[in-house]
Amino acid sequence: MTKTDTSVPENVLPTPSHTVGPFYGYALPFRGGEDIAPLGHPDTVTVHGHVLDGEGRPLPDALIEVWGPDSEGRVPAADGSMRRDPATGTYLGRNGVEFTGWGRVQTDADGHWYVRTLRPGARGRNAPYLSVCVFARGLLVHLFTRIYLPGDDAALAADPLLARVPGDRRDTLVAQDEGHGTYRFDIRLQGEGETVFLEYK
Amino acid sequence: MTLTQADIDAEMAAERAAYDQRLADGAPVEHHPRRDYAPYRSSVLRHPKQPPIAIDVTKDPELVELSSPAFGERDLTAVDNDLTIQHPGEPVGERITVSGRLLDRDGRPVRGQLVEIWQANSAGRYAHQREQHDAPLDPNFTGTGRTITDDDGFYRFTTIQPGPYPWRNHVNAWRPAHIHFSLFGTAFTQRLVTQMYFPNDPLFPYDPILQSVTDDAARQRLIATYDHSLSVPEFSLGYHWDIVLDGPSATWIEEGR
Ligand SMILES: [Fe+3]
Repeated sequence: MTKTDTSVPENVLPTPSHTVGPFYGYALPFRGGEDIAPLGHPDTVTVHGHVLDGEGRPLPDALIEVWGPDSEGRVPAADGSMRRDPATGTYLGRNGVEFTGWGRVQTDADGHWYVRTLRPGARGRNAPYLSVCVFARGLLVHLFTRIYLPGDDAALAADPLLARVPGDRRDTLVAQDEGHGTYRFDIRLQGEGETVFLEYK
Repeated sequence: MTLTQADIDAEMAAERAAYDQRLADGAPVEHHPRRDYAPYRSSVLRHPKQPPIAIDVTKDPELVELSSPAFGERDLTAVDNDLTIQHPGEPVGERITVSGRLLDRDGRPVRGQLVEIWQANSAGRYAHQREQHDAPLDPNFTGTGRTITDDDGFYRFTTIQPGPYPWRNHVNAWRPAHIHFSLFGTAFTQRLVTQMYFPNDPLFPYDPILQSVTDDAARQRLIATYDHSLSVPEFSLGYHWDIVLDGPSATWIEEGR
């Protein structure tokens, strides 16, 4: 029964998740998906890493989405992440001016991904972070995690989530500074150094 | 060792029995698959072994996950929700109309949000380079669509009935015909990727991806309903499929809209 009777709240039950499968690559990724920051913005950071399975092998078929605020901590409201050319139907890329805050990137054959986005600003009591959603063949329900950027130890120490993460796993949520605004963030789905994943209630 | 359908059937039956036992012991209904579902072999090395850390969103309205990216007219072209007119010629196969509402878990319509679909053609072949299934490609069918939900949360696609296709999970593994869906809510916490199936497909009991949803009622929610009122005279057969996003949203922002 897939017509939902919304007059009876108890009948409104979630649609189950399914894997993204192996063949989304011609449908979901789009040109410029990883270039989120407006062109030439001085607060741009590059975050990159691998997605790895339980044997440490990189996934060539993972899909990463990144969602974050601008450098002032404001949530973007602009559309236009996947602008299209009405004449040809192809992707135009972002306009390089507006910040949509959202990007999507497929891992390459080496399981590597990157995004260029604005350095996120802090919101409320939280240390600055980017929200991440991971999809992959073999992953029946997507996984959420966060990329915290290193540098402000006091802010990281005061972060309500990081405070709850066991000390030996906390580093999986904090990217490594590689200099020149570049940060490394590997996502380990299973096993040694498994990334801390999140669920929202 | 070659895995047969009988091997997978036994594993799926064991997973169902384990779920029934959990229910009998008072555990909650499971609306989603477990990420660790061995009959679907690709899940074995790709599921976390540590439990996720829960975040109570009602404690912090500032969480960026309580907002969602915006999509608008410029992210679409006019033919994006009609997969039958994206090429110079007509695609091969039975035309279908697929429509329904995107809802949150309180039953409220999710308005103005992006719905993306992708699917195999009528012969069961994806227009993806890595796809090596020996069935014909259709030069007039790509199999990708996009739309934005209307003010009542409705989406609508015109497409072609996808074919079932074989895959390498085990010997003689076949996926029931399905359409992949990607959905956004008003909050990033509601993000969903799933698959829609067609009524009465004989392949349902054999498919470890569908059966990974071990709850019978939850599995039924992945199957569209034939809807004669959606069928277009002389043109297409209609299927209705409502989608309910799980995950909390920011009710204090939505109120009063
Ligand atoms: Fe598929």
